[in-house]
Amino acid sequence: MTPANAKPHVNRNHLLQLLQSMIRIRRFEEKCAELYTLEKIRGFLHLYIGEEAIAVGCNEALQPEDALICTYREHGHALARGIPMAAVMAEMYGKITGCSHGRGGSMHLFDKTTRFYGGNAIVAGGLPLAVGLALADKLQQRNRVTACFFGEGAAAEGEFHESLNLAALWQLPVLFVCENNLYAMGTALNISESEQDIHRKAQSYKIDAETVDGMNVVAVEQAARNACDSIRRDGGPHFLECRTYRFRAHSMFDSQLYRNKAEIQAWQEKGPILQLIKWLREYQQFTDAELETIEQSVEEEINKAVAAAESADFEAITSLSQNVYSEGKP
Amino acid sequence: MPSFGADMENGVLSEWLVQPGDSVNKGDIVAVIETQKGAIDMEVFQSGVIRTLLVEPGTRIPVGAAIADIDEGALQTPVILAAPPTASGKESPSQSAPRIKASPLARRLAERSAIPLSTLRGSGPQGAIIAADINTANTTNADIPIDVPATRPETLPVNVPLSTSQTGELSGMRQAIAAAMARSKREIPHYYLGTTIELQEASQWMEDYNRGKKPDQQLLLTALLHKAVALALASSPELNGYFIDGQLQLTTNIHLGMTISIRGGGLISPALHHADRDSLPELMNKMRDLTLRARRGGLRSSEMSDATITVTGMGDRGVETLYGVIYPPQVAIIGLGKPALRPWVVDGEVQPRLLINVSLAADHRVSDGRQGAKFLRTLNKLLQQPKLL
Amino acid sequence: MTQASERTTMSYREAVQEALREALHSDPRVFLMGEDVGHYGGCYGVSKGLLDEFGEQRIRDTPLSESGFVGAGVGAALGGMRPIVEVMTVNFSLLALDQIVNNAATIRHMSGGQFSVPLVIRMATGAGRQLAAQHSHSLECWYAHVPGLKVLAPATIADARYMLGMALLDPDPVVIFEHVMLYNLEALLPQENERLPTDKAALRREGSDITLITYGGSLPKVLAAAEQLALSDINAEVLDLRCLRPLDTTSIVRSISKTHHALIVDEGWRTGSLAGEISAIIMEQAFWELDAPVARVCSKEVPIPYPKHLEEAALPQLDEIVSTAKQLLGTP
Repeated sequence: MTPANAKPHVNRNHLLQLLQSMIRIRRFEEKCAELYTLEKIRGFLHLYIGEEAIAVGCNEALQPEDALICTYREHGHALARGIPMAAVMAEMYGKITGCSHGRGGSMHLFDKTTRFYGGNAIVAGGLPLAVGLALADKLQQRNRVTACFFGEGAAAEGEFHESLNLAALWQLPVLFVCENNLYAMGTALNISESEQDIHRKAQSYKIDAETVDGMNVVAVEQAARNACDSIRRDGGPHFLECRTYRFRAHSMFDSQLYRNKAEIQAWQEKGPILQLIKWLREYQQFTDAELETIEQSVEEEINKAVAAAESADFEAITSLSQNVYSEGKP
Repeated sequence: MPSFGADMENGVLSEWLVQPGDSVNKGDIVAVIETQKGAIDMEVFQSGVIRTLLVEPGTRIPVGAAIADIDEGALQTPVILAAPPTASGKESPSQSAPRIKASPLARRLAERSAIPLSTLRGSGPQGAIIAADINTANTTNADIPIDVPATRPETLPVNVPLSTSQTGELSGMRQAIAAAMARSKREIPHYYLGTTIELQEASQWMEDYNRGKKPDQQLLLTALLHKAVALALASSPELNGYFIDGQLQLTTNIHLGMTISIRGGGLISPALHHADRDSLPELMNKMRDLTLRARRGGLRSSEMSDATITVTGMGDRGVETLYGVIYPPQVAIIGLGKPALRPWVVDGEVQPRLLINVSLAADHRVSDGRQGAKFLRTLNKLLQQPKLL
Repeated sequence: MTQASERTTMSYREAVQEALREALHSDPRVFLMGEDVGHYGGCYGVSKGLLDEFGEQRIRDTPLSESGFVGAGVGAALGGMRPIVEVMTVNFSLLALDQIVNNAATIRHMSGGQFSVPLVIRMATGAGRQLAAQHSHSLECWYAHVPGLKVLAPATIADARYMLGMALLDPDPVVIFEHVMLYNLEALLPQENERLPTDKAALRREGSDITLITYGGSLPKVLAAAEQLALSDINAEVLDLRCLRPLDTTSIVRSISKTHHALIVDEGWRTGSLAGEISAIIMEQAFWELDAPVARVCSKEVPIPYPKHLEEAALPQLDEIVSTAKQLLGTP
């Protein structure tokens, strides 16, 4: 932990706020896991547990007018971005009060108000969209950033390379954030990529690119702020490779045959929440009571979100054909 | 049993990592579940003390079934077993005659024109009946009125000029009639009896009955005639039934075959079941219904095969006397002529009277003229007392 | 182009170009993007001269990255632009299927109606130029299969001229197929007020004996077949579908109810074809009107071969259309 580098925001309150944001995501997803086993949540459920620092850190660098494109592991980004937890939970339930009116589910959280262009469940499928959103901004002379999150598995897809090339060629304001958690489902990076430093692929397209410790929320925030500053100033794209690890299985139905428990254990010890709490205790007189306050407020919010989702209505089957085309269209 | 995936239906509890009495905290791994995707650690979402382990290792358990009891709000969810599918009451499809090849349009037009497809010969691909064939039928066959006023089906405009001559092979119905009649004349030794019956009483009674009634509730003479035939048959059982392979099969069920001309040509004689048991209005309704369905299609197979004797008539075509050909394996056929006012001697005076010539053709293997004569006498008697019909 | 007092004769190619020019002039949000649309002038010469007229920002050459630039089109549409993405041919659009099917067609739905994708994708389609198996596909039906897309097949000068503008007004993604054999077609351009709504089929020839249903590049062949049938006293009606999704079932049923005979001509392969879909619609909605089984003339089930005689044998041709129609009517 090197918060010394992060001068502008290394004040205690800000750090507590980052901590709360990460814990909020963590507990929300733990609840989701429980609700999944109880069959309240169905479909695929991909948990972000272990990677929270990236969504939380990057969000600090984004403005309300900026856009986000995420993957199917996007609960953290949605919550960090400010989509109300109740709307996210209701979406997990498939209820009409969900942020995508129940039509998307866990993998397809959308929100127009916060310019959240969705969880995209096709690996690398969101990258071209980010390029297009940034192109629209550029053509309309709007100084906005499109943040595009994806895993390292996306680097093997053609769309990754096409998008990086286009963004660099046309100098588009895209913040590419690679969440390198070392496994594309169960396929380890070292058995799928000839070049395992993903950011070097970006550099080959002449995109400013760097790696950052994805377990350190302060480092992520600082790197994202620097990247966004340069994008807003110079217009072109920026690439962050965040080194991270997912503590949970790829999705709920995964026995994790591809990695051993010691490896998971080792990463868990440097988990982003644990690390920040440790540092706060050491340097900021962070107390158990303060942690308890955070946990309690998070728990209250989750309970409320679950209760609201439970009591919300499902969409009527009679409106099944809605939202395929715009109103008044077949 | 937790659900780890939408496609997970059950899992095998391969190992317990806790024992009764152990305290567990939320997030602890308490068991290992073997799934089709391998072993998955089962996490507990409650804190508390394990009271009972409900399942032995190695047991396959459906998702949602309780596997352990934790003292503070156990994860017990009732097992929901799918209800066994109830035996379907579906009946096997009924046997039907070989399907006539006809285009959907032709079928629709035929139904609207009340032309049975079986009376037509197809000119379309693979001999299918097509719209043009229906139009031909509509052009060549005048609207043949029959003695029961049926709802007149609408006729279709004929929009294709077609040849009006029919040559070549016989239609299905023509072939059937040909075969039956040839067999009848080949096998059945017919004898014929005829008599003239006065209908004055009957028609008078009927007029009285019909007065003030709506047309669809009025009786026609033909109903009285059929009813009288049915009642007369009760005392002439040797005229009612079948002669099959040298075996006589007489019956007390009186199902009158009622002959109906088909607009496209040909005849059918569906059965008026138990005509002797119906009141006159009931029989009249039955006759109207049968006529309608015969013209539109929609006769039941029992109606097509159950007649025990046939009543035929061409009065509407002006025929005064008709001697029928028995429809095998039946053993008799009644012919009704045209009822008409004719001179008749009553009490030594010539008077105009409503008369009808009635004939009987019967199978001489089964009955003799004496029995036939008795039947005609009975019929005459019944028609003179219409209120008893 | 010849200037007539009221009407102009132009080629299909010129009609599409005029449509593009008009769209670029009338809405600053419109831009054209695709492979070789700028400096080269368009693979089929459709956008020739537009780069000089509108500049690089609005006539945007792309690298050979179909998925990338089609996806960028989806993103730009989400971002408030009205992109026209040209995919050189339907053959290459397979590289962009992910973006079209998984993103363009689904985002409105997945977002619960929050986001629209007002994107127009144009692509050339079809065979007939001896370009062999990889450059001769007719895969319109693949796109017509997907809810969320609208699929147009302009087959006349008027439709080439006016459909694009109407597609740009649509808040949802529209895929426009331009058949390669139509680009050189020339005809009088009807006036704008005679243009038809995009989602209605058009009767290109009225008749009473049989309905020939077709779309896109097969229309000229079908019209020629109808004329030939007239020599045998068969009065064929020709229905140009124009819009392949949603299909104008009302017009199909109306025509079948008049002629009672249907022959569908479709350059797609027979198996799983649009022709099959249309046939099913007729069964469902006009079965009792039929006086003969529905017939299809489709491409033979082979990759399109290079040699001319084999290519011709593989595609629907006039003679086969005529003979199938006659067979259907039982006319020798």
